[in-house]
Amino acid sequence: MLILTRKKGESIVIGDDIEITVLELEEDQVRIGINAPKNVSVHRKEIYLEIQAENKRAAEIGKDLPKDILKQSINIRKTK
Amino acid sequence: MQISTRHFGVINFCKEDIIEFDEGLPGFKNVRKFIMININLNDGQEDNSPLKWLQCIDDPALAFPVVNPFVFKPDYDIELDNKIAALLGIEKETDVELYAIAVVPEDIKRMSINLRAPLVINVRNRKGMQVILDSDKYSIRHYILGETA
Repeated sequence: MLILTRKKGESIVIGDDIEITVLELEEDQVRIGINAPKNVSVHRKEIYLEIQAENKRAAEIGKDLPKDILKQSINIRKTK
Repeated sequence: MQISTRHFGVINFCKEDIIEFDEGLPGFKNVRKFIMININLNDGQEDNSPLKWLQCIDDPALAFPVVNPFVFKPDYDIELDNKIAALLGIEKETDVELYAIAVVPEDIKRMSINLRAPLVINVRNRKGMQVILDSDKYSIRHYILGETA
């Protein structure tokens, strides 16, 4: 991991178009500003991990589906 | 077009049915194409229940149960970031359909839906994204049958 020391108001640039700025320092908290292109998603890590885990739980359901519905052939209505 | 799914057997669909999630979903980054299907688990027929399935085309074994969040949370109200609206090509409110991914555990009373990270779908261009809301106003595990224990 690259480690850099920054003061309040100072920034880091990553590549051409991502900029991370230290906005405020307060005891054990840091406020960080992030400028990134719209196709780069930025998330708090713990929330992202929770969503990942919840999606995996949701996808688990298939394992318990009744087997007899597998015999059906289903037509999807064309959506407008 | 046709796909042989793990859970629902053979499904016929049109190209226009495909919803593209360009970024995949958190935890499922390598899948892009999905269709929304509406099927009753008891008889395999189409129905109008609030539970639908987001069936993956890239991985026929993958399907997420999803619901219309407003059925279970009538005052559900989210603000879409401009960046996300731009990414999905959303121009007006009527372009958007929202879904919440559901977790259906063995004990159905503990069924929950994820209101913190709704699926936002532009029904006009069929682009979708799972959006993680900044605000913690809504829960990742919103229990819909009133039993939170």
